[in-house]
Amino acid sequence: MEQPNQSYIKSLSAGNIEFEKKLIAVIKSEFPVEKETYLENLAAKKYIETAENVHKLKHKISILGLEKSYGVAAQYENDLREENTALKGNFETILQTITDYLITL
Amino acid sequence: MNCIIIDDETTARVIINQLCSQIESLNVLAEFSNAMEAIKYLNQNEVDLIFLDIHMPDFTGFDFIQTLKNPPKIILTTSDSKFAIEAFEYDCIVDYLVKPILLPRFEKAIIKAENTSAKATVNASDEVETISGNDLYINIDRRLIKIDIPSIYLIEAKGDYINVKTEDKNYTVHSTLKKIEDKLPDSIFLKIHRSYIINVQKIIDIEDNSVLIKKDVVPVSRSNRPELMKRLNLL
Repeated sequence: MEQPNQSYIKSLSAGNIEFEKKLIAVIKSEFPVEKETYLENLAAKKYIETAENVHKLKHKISILGLEKSYGVAAQYENDLREENTALKGNFETILQTITDYLITL
Repeated sequence: MNCIIIDDETTARVIINQLCSQIESLNVLAEFSNAMEAIKYLNQNEVDLIFLDIHMPDFTGFDFIQTLKNPPKIILTTSDSKFAIEAFEYDCIVDYLVKPILLPRFEKAIIKAENTSAKATVNASDEVETISGNDLYINIDRRLIKIDIPSIYLIEAKGDYINVKTEDKNYTVHSTLKKIEDKLPDSIFLKIHRSYIINVQKIIDIEDNSVLIKKDVVPVSRSNRPELMKRLNLL
């Protein structure tokens, strides 16, 4: 399983540590809310809304350098629009990996 | 250039702001988490450039553009490349950035915005119209799928999406009812409710405030009913 990293954040910051701290803080506050909304919508079988949640989470996945996971999320987002949840397990593993990583920051 | 950022995701706004801070010619005037706030701001302030997210709840980036009378230059920001073709239908869109946005690509977009005149973008829009011809092309998963317009019998709005139902297949497309309505011939299609457009040639029967079309029962709003009745060859 690929691991999150800060390569993109570092490339954006151009050495601006304050910016890096600010962006990480925003991700740490936004990600759990988006994850929770995703889980709620999925439990309620609101597939279009769930796909929208995955779409939003997809951006965080890419910011954290998870390229393969991004592909899984993109496919899952499309599948959800057809009420196909086959990639649920893979996607939620990615979410857990990010959750664990954010705790370390 | 004075610019504003519209994106419902704070993370995205922070990133775009950071990218703007690295370009001397850009001055970020304000940030908005939803399109409605931005519309209010634009009614009272002039801006040269908007960074606009397509995917926003309730009101998409494309919906937002349609509300603007004289839109400034717009750079779309999105996590999907699948809306690129649609973007060319708008004269004001000068570039399309796929997230995560890197500085070199961002710089390129700004140069484009600085060099683009309104006339050049009008030409791009015309090209798409010519390609479309009498068929309707819809963008699904980065593929442009051709639909024979008369085969469409019902279009239903569902949030940020529309369901296009044809004789053979149904398609879910990220678009608005207004956009597809503009592309369809008035002689065959009619909006009978704020969420439904029907092909009047496919009606099976009409009962009170609903229409049976294929196996779908579709509501008819009171305000749209007179126009529907006018279209019928009543005995």
